[in-house]
Amino acid sequence: MCMTTTATFSRYADLPALIGLMEGDEKHDGASLSTVDVLWVLYDRVLSTTPETAEAPDRDRFLLSKGHGPTAFYAVLAAKGFLKVSALRGWASFDSPLGHHPDRVLVPGAEIGSGSLGHGLPLALGSALGLRAQGLRRADGAEPRVVVLVGDGELDEGSNHEAIAAAARLGVDNLTVVVIDNDSSQHGWPGGIGRRFEVEGWETREVNGRDHDALEKAFTPSDDGRPLVVVARIRNGNRGADHA
Amino acid sequence: MRETFVNTVEKALDEDPRTALVLAAISADRFQRSARRHPGRVIDLGIREQAMIGVSGGLALSGMRPIVHTYAPFLIERPFEQIKLDLGHQGVGAILVSIGASYDAASEGRTHQAPGDVALIDTLPGWTVRVPGHPDEVRQALEQDLPGDHSVYMRLTGETNRSALPVGPRLHVVRTGSRRSAGVVVAVGPTLDRVLEATEGLDVTVAYTSTVRPFDREGLAALVASAGSADVLMVEPYLEGTSALEISEALADRRHRQRSLGVGRGSELRAYGTPEEHARAHGLDVEGIAKSARDFFLV
Repeated sequence: MCMTTTATFSRYADLPALIGLMEGDEKHDGASLSTVDVLWVLYDRVLSTTPETAEAPDRDRFLLSKGHGPTAFYAVLAAKGFLKVSALRGWASFDSPLGHHPDRVLVPGAEIGSGSLGHGLPLALGSALGLRAQGLRRADGAEPRVVVLVGDGELDEGSNHEAIAAAARLGVDNLTVVVIDNDSSQHGWPGGIGRRFEVEGWETREVNGRDHDALEKAFTPSDDGRPLVVVARIRNGNRGADHA
Repeated sequence: MRETFVNTVEKALDEDPRTALVLAAISADRFQRSARRHPGRVIDLGIREQAMIGVSGGLALSGMRPIVHTYAPFLIERPFEQIKLDLGHQGVGAILVSIGASYDAASEGRTHQAPGDVALIDTLPGWTVRVPGHPDEVRQALEQDLPGDHSVYMRLTGETNRSALPVGPRLHVVRTGSRRSAGVVVAVGPTLDRVLEATEGLDVTVAYTSTVRPFDREGLAALVASAGSADVLMVEPYLEGTSALEISEALADRRHRQRSLGVGRGSELRAYGTPEEHARAHGLDVEGIAKSARDFFLV
């Protein structure tokens, strides 16, 4: 395989090959991973953050709470230039910065270390409150936003529900949660995941988690004082390494 | 101590825009003035202690200096994984300040007691642990810790020594034994006055600290070197033996004896009553410490 520049691997169509570098199977259909489309749309169309602004106080933050099965995340970070493509090879080996769960201290562009479920949403709430308390504004005048990705199975963890209730009560509308709903919660969410947020006062949008235009539209910030949840339904997610 | 903590934090909130106070209902009534003045930086999450630590980690990630406060068992034991991951693993710090200590809430029962808090924090790297013995030490320690980014656990209690001593990082010698002395007693925080009374008349060096982590290993080694015997009695107001490793490491290059006093590990004390009665039950009253000291120093 020929890798001359990262620009060679900067498109959505390159993600399967980038993921293949980690999984040892370059023909693997990485696009079937449940998070890949949401991650791509966020980094390609939604978030105001680049490798050059990765330390800027006014950047948008993306927090991967569902830290398992992170190959799609690493691939998107590589495609967007946060990570060198060469770093993908040898992942999870002793000297690699990339493990089966990301460590923010080791991975350029990763805002949090995650793996144990139910930690990202409270961290995201605190980040959103901190950005607001500091009165930070992006160059375009907008308030920096915090987007956190959780799994529907991950919502089993009670810590999420502490943050879901508190975020709406505190009116934290610079916070967005995207739930990857691949129907992997042990006991399910009767009436749908969105209701758990709606009843607490969140703006709730449901969307096909593979539809890039629909995802982009769903991520349009809410401006009415309510935090936003985007429930991204994934019907063909493989129930394997990135389950939950 | 709680009042000094409130006053010091209110002043910090007024003067340093980096500071944020995170609460879970407890003590919210005491911070009403700051909550009005700095609504974005006084965050009461209600009775949600996991979110309290997670939110603090997020605040620190965004560049702020969180001060986090509630009862000891709800601050350290209930959200312990959040302390490990949302602070330590993220590489950010916060100042955690508890009330209740081991058995201030004796009459409330086991649910409101946390004798194992310091031992739990001690399983995590890089923490500063403050166990003040006087309100002035609370203010001194906060003034040292607020400007930093490090993680701090400060354990407040209702029990106070008669006078304040300088706050760490070195052991402070309160009484010096002779060259033939029986050894060294280390008193932590609010145990000092009782230790001084209990060891009156014994030829021992008494050293004090309110900063138990990092522990002054060098200082202890030097005091032991000039004592008559390399025998160390450690008196801590929380789980017995919490600092036993520190003493072992400090004295690793010499033959020595050590004994730890603290809240007993053997069984759960199922009794209500007063803090004084709990101190007696754990051998941490003057009489109990005096008896342990005589036994240990073989006098």
